[in-house]
Parts: sequence; structure tokens; C-alpha cells
Amino acid sequence: MATVAKEWREIPARYNLEGSECGNCNRKYFPKRSMCPFCRRNGFGKMHPYQVSRKGKVFTFSVIHEAPDCNRSLKPYAVAMVRTDDGLLISGQLVDVDLSKIEIGMRVRSVLRKLDEDGASGVIHYGFKFVPDL
Amino acid sequence: MREVAIVGTGVTKFGELWDKSFRSIGIEAGIKAIEDAGMSGSEVDGIFIGNMSSRFINQQHIDALIADYSGMATRNVPAVRTEAGGASGGVAFRQGVMAVASGMHEAVLVGGAEKMTDLDDASTASVMDSTADAEWEASMGLTLTSLYAMITRRLIYEGTATREEIASFAVNAHKHGALNPNAQYKSPITLDTVLRSGPVAEPLNVFDCAPYSDGAAAVVMVPLDVAKKMGVDYVKVVAACQASDTLALFQREDITTFKATTAAAKEAYRIAGIEPKDISVAEVHDDYTVGGIMALQDLGFFKKGDAGKAVLEGQVEIGGKIAVNTSGGLKARGYPVGASGVAQVVEIADQLRNKADKRQVANAKYGLAQSVGGTGSAVTVSILEAI
Repeated sequence: MATVAKEWREIPARYNLEGSECGNCNRKYFPKRSMCPFCRRNGFGKMHPYQVSRKGKVFTFSVIHEAPDCNRSLKPYAVAMVRTDDGLLISGQLVDVDLSKIEIGMRVRSVLRKLDEDGASGVIHYGFKFVPDL
Repeated sequence: MREVAIVGTGVTKFGELWDKSFRSIGIEAGIKAIEDAGMSGSEVDGIFIGNMSSRFINQQHIDALIADYSGMATRNVPAVRTEAGGASGGVAFRQGVMAVASGMHEAVLVGGAEKMTDLDDASTASVMDSTADAEWEASMGLTLTSLYAMITRRLIYEGTATREEIASFAVNAHKHGALNPNAQYKSPITLDTVLRSGPVAEPLNVFDCAPYSDGAAAVVMVPLDVAKKMGVDYVKVVAACQASDTLALFQREDITTFKATTAAAKEAYRIAGIEPKDISVAEVHDDYTVGGIMALQDLGFFKKGDAGKAVLEGQVEIGGKIAVNTSGGLKARGYPVGASGVAQVVEIADQLRNKADKRQVANAKYGLAQSVGGTGSAVTVSILEAI
């Protein structure tokens, strides 16, 4: 079972879609990186927090029927790769949606939801999921 | 660097080997390879073993286990275990090639082994999901299958391949698997079998996915000059290349091509001094049907948009334009992950030595093996040449 330290460390990204922007080339990343893969040494120490857009469009998606134990109660459930309005690509679940009506190009926005939990007495994991942006 | 040859191959039956342990299947493949090389085993001075996850059998230190149970530990032969998701075996093979080529070792045993059916299916699936980005893909609810499913949907959306064309990769695999006595599945299937099987992650169905399997494979390698004097059938290793890409699929510009495949292949063709059209037989990483279609394009066998049609038309069958996955591939031969990349090399080496029985491809000069980790985060491409 995981400790709470990992959960706490990831709160800015997992709850609030905080990524990184390279102070050298201005490329943006999610999740955050401590070094820009393109500028490498020249960008080290120049990575700043970056708020990723909470809105975007479905780039591609799938409906999962065979799920790991932690998500067994959810299935079938949808996952998507979303192109955010500021151009990043992010993966997550797509909820509050008719599974037969999902389409590439559909407008979505990110919301905070429960992801899963480490058993009855363990950590409850929260994070972003996507919902239709009506 | 010295030129390197494969002088012996060995492979176990792939499948649900409930009566066999990890250590017993690993040893079985190794002994077969040493016997095939006409060696006693005491010539071996290095072991490399591809094994993906200790979580399947709850055993770390796989390298020591194999050295011990193969009898190599009595001579204190060093053993190294490599892990690169689905490409673990491919990476082990490349490490073995480098060990002999560099002069650091004189005779190397490269093995690949995985025992997946000691865990229930859901637990096994979770281990496979962790070959994607565990923090930002798997823990968000995505599965490895769903990542390939999203690639599939994108390929279809962009008009690169149809659903039927993608499904036909499994039909080709099963057709060849029926000819392989060591394959997990020996029954031919139709396009309908794939399209009407239950969904795993839409649009991918059960028959688009390689199974969870137990199995092992091994090859023995020595310098080419030594192989010439051994009096056994051997093949030359002309290239063993590897390339990397981002761990998470969503961090790529284009998800319908694996740049690690194109990069490793480009380097392999350059070193070998050949072109894709010179390859007669290939084993590609079809953990999902769509992975097989992408491989045919990324390796340069077909132009983007033509691969699916070619598979549907039978151009990758034995006797076709290029024989692909004559072993049955990951789909029909089975997919004991760490064994897979080595088993591919075994099949190509056997094809080039005319030891492939009913699956034999006529007059093959060059053969290629491609092994993929995660969603193309690590890829190995190796080229062998018949002597």
C-alpha cells in the first residue's frame, strides 16, 4: 500500500492540471518536468509552473470493458486523449457521458473526481477526469 | 568489433504451462539451445536473460536464479537480467550481441523467460499496464489495451487502415501458428472470429490481443570466426539496434507511428547495408493487431496506408511478398513477455538455417525481428543473415 507522501506530492498536477513551462524555449509540458527534454542543460533550473487549459477536444478515445481490479466497478468506462485548447495532449477518463455518443472532436473540460482507493482503510486517490463541455 | 553468429536456438512450448515453474522452463530453452550448438555448456562465459516482471512470480534476482539452476553458477558465470517491458527479450539479445562483438565474452547464452499464469488475469493485466506510464496513464484508469485501442481508433479515423484490415493481422498469425508445434494456439480463425469476439477496449476485441503465456526461448552466440569452425548450422547477426521514445503515449506528436521503430530500423538497415525489400521473413511485435500493422509501415515494408490492405490480401503469408510472423507471432504462438523478443530471433535464425519445417520460407537471405516495450517507448530491431 502506498504512503500519503506520493499522493500529497502530486496534488498540484493531479488535482489542478499544473504542468511546466521551459523558461528557455517556452515549450509546455504535462506532467511537470524538472528539465526540458529539448533544452536539457540550458533549461535546467528554468522550468516554471504552468496552468494547463482545463478545456479541450477529444483526440481519440476507447471504452474499456476489461479493467484492473481497482476499476472493476466502473466498467464499462471511457478513457480519452484530449487536445487541450493550449495544445497539449493529456490522457484521462471521460465520465458523465453516454458511451455511445462519444466522438473525436467532442468538447470536454476537466473536473476533479475520485479515481480509486487503496482498500477500505487506505488512501483515497483523487484526480482529474473529463466531462462533456456543454 | 567482432562479427557475431548464432550457433544454437531453443524454445519451449508456449501456453498455460501449469505443470512447469519459471525456473524449469528457463532451463529447458537454454539446454535446447546449447544442444543445438553442439556444445557442452562449459564454453558459456556469460548469460543475458530478458524477463519483464518480478511481480508475476514474486521473485527479484532472476539473473542469479537462472545462473544457479542452469548450472552456470558452479563456474561463477555472470548473469544479467534486462527489463524493457515487452522489449525485454529484444534488449537481452542486443546485450548478448554487444558482449560477444566487444570481445568481453567468447560464448554467450541469451535467454528470455516469463511465467504469467501463476497470477490471475486481472493482476497480470495490471502488471502489463505498468509498462505504460504508471503515474499518468495506468493510475488514471487507462489500460495498455486502451492505449493501443486509442491508436487503432486514430488510425481508422485518419484513413490509414480499416477495422477489417487491422483485424486481418490476427488471421495471418493464427494461420501460421497452426503450423508451429510450439504455438499456444494452433487453430486457424476467420475475420469474423476477430470482429465478433468480445470487446476488451473498444475498438479492440479479445482476438486483437496476444494472450498471457508461459514460455522461454534461448540462443547461443559466439564470434563468427569461431562459428565457422564449429561444424554446425549458424546465422550471422548483421545488426542489433535499439531506440527510445517517451514513456507516455500522450507525449508524442503522432501516435499512429512508433518513432522508436523507425529509428532502430533505419540504423539496422544502414549497418546491414540493405533495404526493407531485401527482408524475406520478419517477426514483428503484434501484442495487439494494430501494433503489427504499424510495424509493417514503420519498418518500411509497406507505405503508410498500404499495410492493412496487404495483410488482408495475404501478402504477408508464407509465400507472399514478405512472410510475417511465421511462428504465429505474439498473437498465436503466445506472448510470455520477456521470452518474446528472443523467441522472434529463434524463429528468424531457424528460418535462415532451413529448420522451420512446415513454416519454411524458401530462399530467405535476410530476416528481421522487432520487439516493442509499452506503447513504443523502447524498440529493438535486429537483422540476421543466412550463411
